[in-house]
Amino acid sequence: MAQLTYREAVAAGIAQEMERDETVAFIGEDVARAGGVFKATVGLFDKFGPKRVIDTPISEQAILGAAMGAAMTGMRPIAEIMFSDFLAVCWDFVANEMSKSRYMSDGQLKCPLVVRTGNGGGSRFGAQHSQSVENWAMAIPGIKVVAPSTPADVKGLLAASVRDEDPVIFFEHKSLYPIKGEVPEGEHVDTLGTAKIVRSGTDATIVALALMVPRAIQAADKLKIDHGIDVEVVDIRTLVPLDMKTISSSVVKTGRLFTVEENPRLCGWGAEIVSIVVDELFWDLDGPAVRITTPHIPLPAADNLEDITLPSVDRIYSKILDVLR
Amino acid sequence: MAKKKTLNNDDIDEKKRLELYNSQYLIRFAEQRAYDLFLENLVKGTSHLSLGQEAIAAGFATAMQVNDKSFCTYRGHAHTLARGASVVGVLGELMQRDCGLMRGKGGSMHLTDTSKGVMGSYAIIGAHLPMAVGSAWRAQYMGHDDVATVFFGDGTTNIGAFHEALNYAVVYKLPVIFVCENNNYMEYTPIESITAVKNPAADRASAYGLESIIIDGNDADEVYRTAQVAYSKARSGDGPSLIECKTYRQSGHSRADPGAYRPDGELDHWKKNNDPITRYRARLIEFGVKQKVIDGIEANVKRVVDEATEEAKNSPVPPEEILTTNVYANGGWAWRN
Repeated sequence: MAQLTYREAVAAGIAQEMERDETVAFIGEDVARAGGVFKATVGLFDKFGPKRVIDTPISEQAILGAAMGAAMTGMRPIAEIMFSDFLAVCWDFVANEMSKSRYMSDGQLKCPLVVRTGNGGGSRFGAQHSQSVENWAMAIPGIKVVAPSTPADVKGLLAASVRDEDPVIFFEHKSLYPIKGEVPEGEHVDTLGTAKIVRSGTDATIVALALMVPRAIQAADKLKIDHGIDVEVVDIRTLVPLDMKTISSSVVKTGRLFTVEENPRLCGWGAEIVSIVVDELFWDLDGPAVRITTPHIPLPAADNLEDITLPSVDRIYSKILDVLR
Repeated sequence: MAKKKTLNNDDIDEKKRLELYNSQYLIRFAEQRAYDLFLENLVKGTSHLSLGQEAIAAGFATAMQVNDKSFCTYRGHAHTLARGASVVGVLGELMQRDCGLMRGKGGSMHLTDTSKGVMGSYAIIGAHLPMAVGSAWRAQYMGHDDVATVFFGDGTTNIGAFHEALNYAVVYKLPVIFVCENNNYMEYTPIESITAVKNPAADRASAYGLESIIIDGNDADEVYRTAQVAYSKARSGDGPSLIECKTYRQSGHSRADPGAYRPDGELDHWKKNNDPITRYRARLIEFGVKQKVIDGIEANVKRVVDEATEEAKNSPVPPEEILTTNVYANGGWAWRN
């Protein structure tokens, strides 16, 4: 095992796939010579050169369109949209094009590409550079949606995304880039559509994603120490395909469900999971399913305001304690 | 252009001219058939015809290699037929039958036949320009010799993706041809009334370091010659071209549009004096092609379209079990376990 940061795992995952497959190439704004604004792609340009690691103009529609045209005709491109907020300017390609071309052509067109993007809050960037928009992507049939929480998952799920035959939107959490973790040596490929129990427990289930996963684990640890409440934490890892089996078996075991989401309240992914659980596991629940979310507001820039906006360890801890008591 | 050419000294031989005529006539006849089928309520949804614009599709497709890629708009029947897609497949798709190119899952605006290099028809203005750029990037990256051609209307020149795609294609010197079919109207609105420049595509070319090219889009020979130059340039690694083809849409924007915004007499003028099929037929005669050869082409096209119409009419609607197929690459639609 090697210790890598989350951002180093991004570069390691891309490098692993580019070494393996000549048809993998990487495009985006400032991704090549500068190594990315988050330094998540440092070293790739030196290693693979200007043919395969390409700096593009600020043209998000051209970036996703070019990736799509290349994917349709035989490549496996990786395209970076610097901040996930910017997906809004090229959303046509996500919502109408890469997601629908296979269906509309009845299988004639394919689109094996990965859109990597910096997602999420905590960086004091304000409302247009901080959003968690994975729930936007989840609402569209025809694409897959991935959001890893650890360096190992970044590398393994990124590799799986590159090898997948469908378009994948890969949400990297900006606040997780500096964290370190063990990453398996050598080739590492994970499986899309698999959630992971990252902390075992018997009293309640927290379902979380990306930055909310380490916060949920800390809150669970504290609940155990302070109150003997034993909470299980499920890291969803991929919203589509959604591993309901893992989530459901945890809920059946604990009888309680909490979702911790960075999305604003309305139509966050937790709403879908709660709805499925209520549909299918109502009689297994010992109490209401509870969503812990960002309030339905744009994200503020000031650090004290942003801190009370995103679900914190304390908020998760207090909410669960309130509900279970 | 040189003064009147004869068959002997012309750069386009008779065989090629007959191909060009056949292609234009097929598009004309199939589009008229699509219109008739719409009146019979057999073509559902919407449809956007290329009546009057046939020479552009025919001229480019005839100049293409088999492995070249076409990217079309929702006004894409002409370009799909010009690449040799099955007439039954096209009419069947318009009629949303199981025999359609996409078994009724796409419809009139999304005709696709990858086996003929038709990489889809796209109904969000501008989206397919960057896609054609991407196909050209792949060709350059993998050392393939195919060229991507993207067809779009004059209205597309005012959307951002047009400008992003042109800049991108020039920066990386990609083998892609941008073909603007300027038919005078952005849907219902005269294009000159909502565009800062007179020639919506060509006058923007200099912003991207490209030559300003304007051609008579109703002259299949001129289109074919221009296309040959552009393909040769692209295949030599000399990058993209932007070509503005002046033409006129003889039908409404879509089936819902009777074209009431046209000045009196304008449509008649174009039909009478500048119809691409009439002009080309006259040229064939002028160059000594026998009337019976022309009649033979027209009779054959009519037979093909008639037979295709019957076959499509007799085709069943798509089976309900394909509703959830081909959402994902595994053939299905499952989003959860």
